[in-house]
Amino acid sequence: MGMQSQDIIRRSATNGLTPLPQARSHEQEVAKLIDVSLCTGCKGCQVACSEWNDLRDEVGHNVGVYDNPANLTPETWTVIRFDEREDEAGKLEWLLRKEGCMHCAEPGCLKACPSPGAILQFANGIVDFQSEQCIGCGYCIAGCPFDIPRISQKDNRAYKCTLCSDRVAVGQEPACVKTCPTGAISFGSKAEMKDLAATRVEELKGRGHDGAGLYDPAGVGGTHVMYVLTHADQPSLYHRLPDDPHISPVVRGWKEWLKPVGALGFIATLAGAFAHYMGVGANTTDETPPTEPEKELEGAGQGPNDNGRDA
Amino acid sequence: MGGASAIALGFAPPQAFAQETRQYKLLRARETRNNCTYCSVGCGLLMYSLGDGAKNAKPNIFHIEGDPDHPVSRGSLCPKGAGLIDFIHSEGRLQYPSYRAPGSKEWTRITWDEATDRIARLLKDDRDKNFIAKNEKGETVNRWLSTGMLASSAASNETGLLDFKFARSMGMLGMDCQARLCHGPTVSALGSTLGRGAMTNNWVDIKNANVVLIMGGNPAEAHPVGFKWVMEAKIRNGAKVMVVDPRFNRSAAVADFYAPIRAGSDGAFLLGVINYLLTHDQIQHDYVKSYTNASFVVREDFSFHDGLFSGYDAEKRSYDKSSWAYERDAQGYAVTDPTLQNPRCVINLLRQHAARYTPDVVTQITGTPEKDFLHVCETLAATSARDLTSTILFALGWTHHTNGTQIIRTAAMIQLLLGNVGMPGGGLNALRGHSNIQGFTDLGLLSVRLPGYMNLPKDSQQTLDSYLQAATPHADEPGQANYWHNTPKFFISLMKTLWGDHATPTNNWGYDWLPKWDRSYDMLAYFEMMHQGKVNGYIAQGFNPLAAMPDKNRMRDALSKLRFLITMDPLDTETANFWQNEGAFNDVKSEDIQTEVFRLPASCFAEENGSIVNSARWLQWHYEGARPPGEAWNDGHIIGTIFTKLRALYAKEGGVCPEPVLNMQWNYRDPEDPMPEEVAKEANGYALADITDDKGRIVVRKGELLPDFSVMKDDGTTASYCWIFAGSWTESGNQMARRDNTDTGLGTTPGWAWAWPANRRILYNRASLDVQGRPWDPKRQIIAWDGQRWEGGDVPDYPVTSPPNSGVGPFIMHSEGVGLLFAGGNKLVDGPFPEHYEPTETPVLSSALGKTTLRNPAARFYADEKPRMGDPAQYPYVATTYSITELFRHWTKHSRLNAIMQPEQFVEIGDKLAGKLGIAAGDMVRVSSHRGYIEAKAVVTKRLKRLSVMGKDLDQVGVPCHWGFKGATRKGYLANTLTPAIGDANSQTPEFKAFLVNVEKV
Repeated sequence: MGMQSQDIIRRSATNGLTPLPQARSHEQEVAKLIDVSLCTGCKGCQVACSEWNDLRDEVGHNVGVYDNPANLTPETWTVIRFDEREDEAGKLEWLLRKEGCMHCAEPGCLKACPSPGAILQFANGIVDFQSEQCIGCGYCIAGCPFDIPRISQKDNRAYKCTLCSDRVAVGQEPACVKTCPTGAISFGSKAEMKDLAATRVEELKGRGHDGAGLYDPAGVGGTHVMYVLTHADQPSLYHRLPDDPHISPVVRGWKEWLKPVGALGFIATLAGAFAHYMGVGANTTDETPPTEPEKELEGAGQGPNDNGRDA
Repeated sequence: MGGASAIALGFAPPQAFAQETRQYKLLRARETRNNCTYCSVGCGLLMYSLGDGAKNAKPNIFHIEGDPDHPVSRGSLCPKGAGLIDFIHSEGRLQYPSYRAPGSKEWTRITWDEATDRIARLLKDDRDKNFIAKNEKGETVNRWLSTGMLASSAASNETGLLDFKFARSMGMLGMDCQARLCHGPTVSALGSTLGRGAMTNNWVDIKNANVVLIMGGNPAEAHPVGFKWVMEAKIRNGAKVMVVDPRFNRSAAVADFYAPIRAGSDGAFLLGVINYLLTHDQIQHDYVKSYTNASFVVREDFSFHDGLFSGYDAEKRSYDKSSWAYERDAQGYAVTDPTLQNPRCVINLLRQHAARYTPDVVTQITGTPEKDFLHVCETLAATSARDLTSTILFALGWTHHTNGTQIIRTAAMIQLLLGNVGMPGGGLNALRGHSNIQGFTDLGLLSVRLPGYMNLPKDSQQTLDSYLQAATPHADEPGQANYWHNTPKFFISLMKTLWGDHATPTNNWGYDWLPKWDRSYDMLAYFEMMHQGKVNGYIAQGFNPLAAMPDKNRMRDALSKLRFLITMDPLDTETANFWQNEGAFNDVKSEDIQTEVFRLPASCFAEENGSIVNSARWLQWHYEGARPPGEAWNDGHIIGTIFTKLRALYAKEGGVCPEPVLNMQWNYRDPEDPMPEEVAKEANGYALADITDDKGRIVVRKGELLPDFSVMKDDGTTASYCWIFAGSWTESGNQMARRDNTDTGLGTTPGWAWAWPANRRILYNRASLDVQGRPWDPKRQIIAWDGQRWEGGDVPDYPVTSPPNSGVGPFIMHSEGVGLLFAGGNKLVDGPFPEHYEPTETPVLSSALGKTTLRNPAARFYADEKPRMGDPAQYPYVATTYSITELFRHWTKHSRLNAIMQPEQFVEIGDKLAGKLGIAAGDMVRVSSHRGYIEAKAVVTKRLKRLSVMGKDLDQVGVPCHWGFKGATRKGYLANTLTPAIGDANSQTPEFKAFLVNVEKV
């Protein structure tokens, strides 16, 4: 599957009046399926992710648990979460979950992002950050129902799992998927992954896990990273995986309802300016052109982007 | 202003973007195939290096991922393998040779010439001074005890062959490899019970099991990619996975059933299983009758009483084993009673022996709840059905005990009783630890071993004939294959490889030049000698004994008494730096240590061609992806250079017993840097004359590589270093480099690499069919009789032309032809039946079995060690050491990617014990034994249960064994500061897995 710009179906801070290219309609959505019942928490995925993406986090500390690094960071895009649980009968379970970006069909991060093109969604479902465009505002964090993006202290940009968009673009599976020793992580078309999940759920129910099920939450339009959970009736057992994730109403409010209002204001301003031009003529000052707002937000020390994006 | 607003409000028009995804970085990079250097799963690697192979581009490996064609790993890598790039480029990689002068506090850089000149001189001087040509009885022994060597466990077979020639030519007996510290007891146990000391089946075959018992091992953590096939068994075969372990570990996290157990009590648990199977009569009767020695009649004077077998000598702590034998008939064959009515039949003696291990007794000893124990018994017992199999996966959790051999033997006996040995989906799957420790075991790199599981001759075997007579068994039953009857062919082919044209019939093929042994010089024994000041020189190749040996402080004191230490390693090890003061981690006075140390930088797996042997006995060939860093050399280059210089000194100056040094065949194109390919062919072997079959037809021409071991001769016309490797590199080419992954049935891939012996993938596979040749389970048929020969998806482990009903047993290495429930004769030092003995340090002060012999009466115990043992009053908790998934021994702490995953030393403490001691998760705690202490973060967990043992509460403490004072992780204590220096009675593998500690919050 190609990854040309024509495969981009959503782009942050970009209106729908001029639609993105749509001629290539015959593309499959991909998905990663994480089966927690097969996960041993080996962290092969963590290492393979950092290795492929050339990330090296700090050598940290042990804080009394197996989880390391203790949380997602700008340089750790996936972590295994370890939770011990004893059920009513005293049976011990070690619940292990690979945490990382869920690649939502309705990505809250993308919706919240004010920087054009800093977050893209591809036709195959991958939601990818374009670091060059990121202004470090942190809205993506507010927009994410799963608390995934992290802003780097080094460059004030947001980072998260790319679903190895560079590998997928050339027809390979993501690094974590390939390396997973037990087959707990699978990759394929979303339809095939749902079929596989159904088989796995059936097998788990046959072993007495009555609560087994697929986690593909509707609140975000479904996800391109899905889980098979042994306790699908209680997702929050797995290190606070949201039971019913959805995009925060604040983000929705700002981006969905207020944006047209703002657009109307903008048109009015433009109409005023046009009237001024027609009536008064062009401004002829020698002043420096106004600073682009993105640059102001990017903070000190950041030069202007040179990627041809006009303002 | 207008434009800015337009952007902010999302009105920017779509544009072409040059780079929406990151550039794919492998497009034209050079791809090199290799195998992972860590554990023995032997995963396939694709290494990507800068440059496309052009002469002007210097290859530099920048990415490694799994090889999807590899039948076992199928593209997967565990966190260790996935982080290999940071091992190759570790800041801890040594770049050039360095030297530490006696009493110095620092390293100085030296040249290779300076280092190798000096080392050759030190070796020669010490050898000439201390070589023992004759013992006090006047027997020729030609041994050199004052310098020893540790051989690597991740180096290639080709390095191993050179190590052997180098060390044995000089007469070294203080030679060992990592196998001593890991699977020594497996070899003793499986060899004595089944005939060969190796994993019976293979990684992929685990998928064929109906029940997987994981006990004494933790494959999800130690062999994560091999564990794939446990998950496959579960998913595709509906298998039930059971874990019995002191900790609820990562294997338990995905198992169907977990039962806790007290560390050090596995023997009692397994004998309880045997008792269950026999009292409930849930055994595979036809298999047991035909394929085990159940019906053999044992001598009247064999007995067992109060924890002791007949023949015990308390003073010598050893047995006279003459009563551990079969009754013999007039022809000398063993007497059997196929009706099993004779009370002296093995099966009846076993029933009586195991009857003491009732569920109640097992529960008292092990702390495993009775219902959990019975669940394991019932689940295993169900696989006595012909069409069901269980497989047992184990590793160091069983070997690291003073009765480690007997624990493993009990498991093997369970599998024989259930009819699960030789079956696809069955067997005893010993999961070897390091990437080539199976190979180094095969190559005979242990104190008193030779290649191919032959023994080095001992003092009393003064003549070749006396040695061969002892090493060549007679069949115990008529008509058996008794494969070891070929020993003279294998031995003399070895001698022709060692001494070349110097080995002649007149000098008994150079027999006198082999060093003879009076006792074992295993690592525990040798470090004891070192501690007594009887060792002057030591070579540690790819080995970090300061971290790997028990009782680290004492081992450090031993190293301090050396005159010279030579390390060859890719990494900067704790051993090389044992003289450095590292505060509490290594509290020494450097100036008082008079050892001169040579630190020689070695290449790693990615920088050489060569073969390594995985746990399933697969010899896999790998390729160089880049040159070593700085001035580092391949191990073969280092050994070759030192040896060439040493020989030059002997040639020039003469010296003590120069013949073996000068006569050792070293005819490599570049003697200082032998090529792996020429060495690999030497391991396989050549015909030295035209070889004819019994009809006089030429089967191998002079100078050709041997096709297999069946053509070997005992007349000096064949040469082969390691008979079981014969067939690995033939006239058809390098069989180890084969890459046909076609599945010929049940996951067998005979076209991938090459397995010893004879490319067999499931050992004893003839036992998967009944005597008439019908498969016990038609779904698991892997070989079949076609009227002329045995054929099938696997290579038959059987004489291929012996027809069904021929009476030839399937355990062809045994003189009985069958698996041994009773292992008599000289096979084992501590009993022909297994018995549970307590660890040396135990919280149990009286036996639930009512016996007074609490500990293994045949375990070797040095007087110096007694004061170093603790008692439960002072050290009330049972501790056990282990590996965790993220790290591999003390290697990956040098890899940044792995250091990130587990950056800091920790111990695991059960929540109840933590509550009692006021310890919270993340607190720093001190764990102390009678030998020292470590301080580490506390991981407080529900996964370590408080047990009830002999009516008392018992808490256990988990001590992962990975950190030290060198590497990319935070500095830590070597966990082996805590462990006791006492070994398994049969193999002297240390008791790392059960000892006593105290825990305090600091």
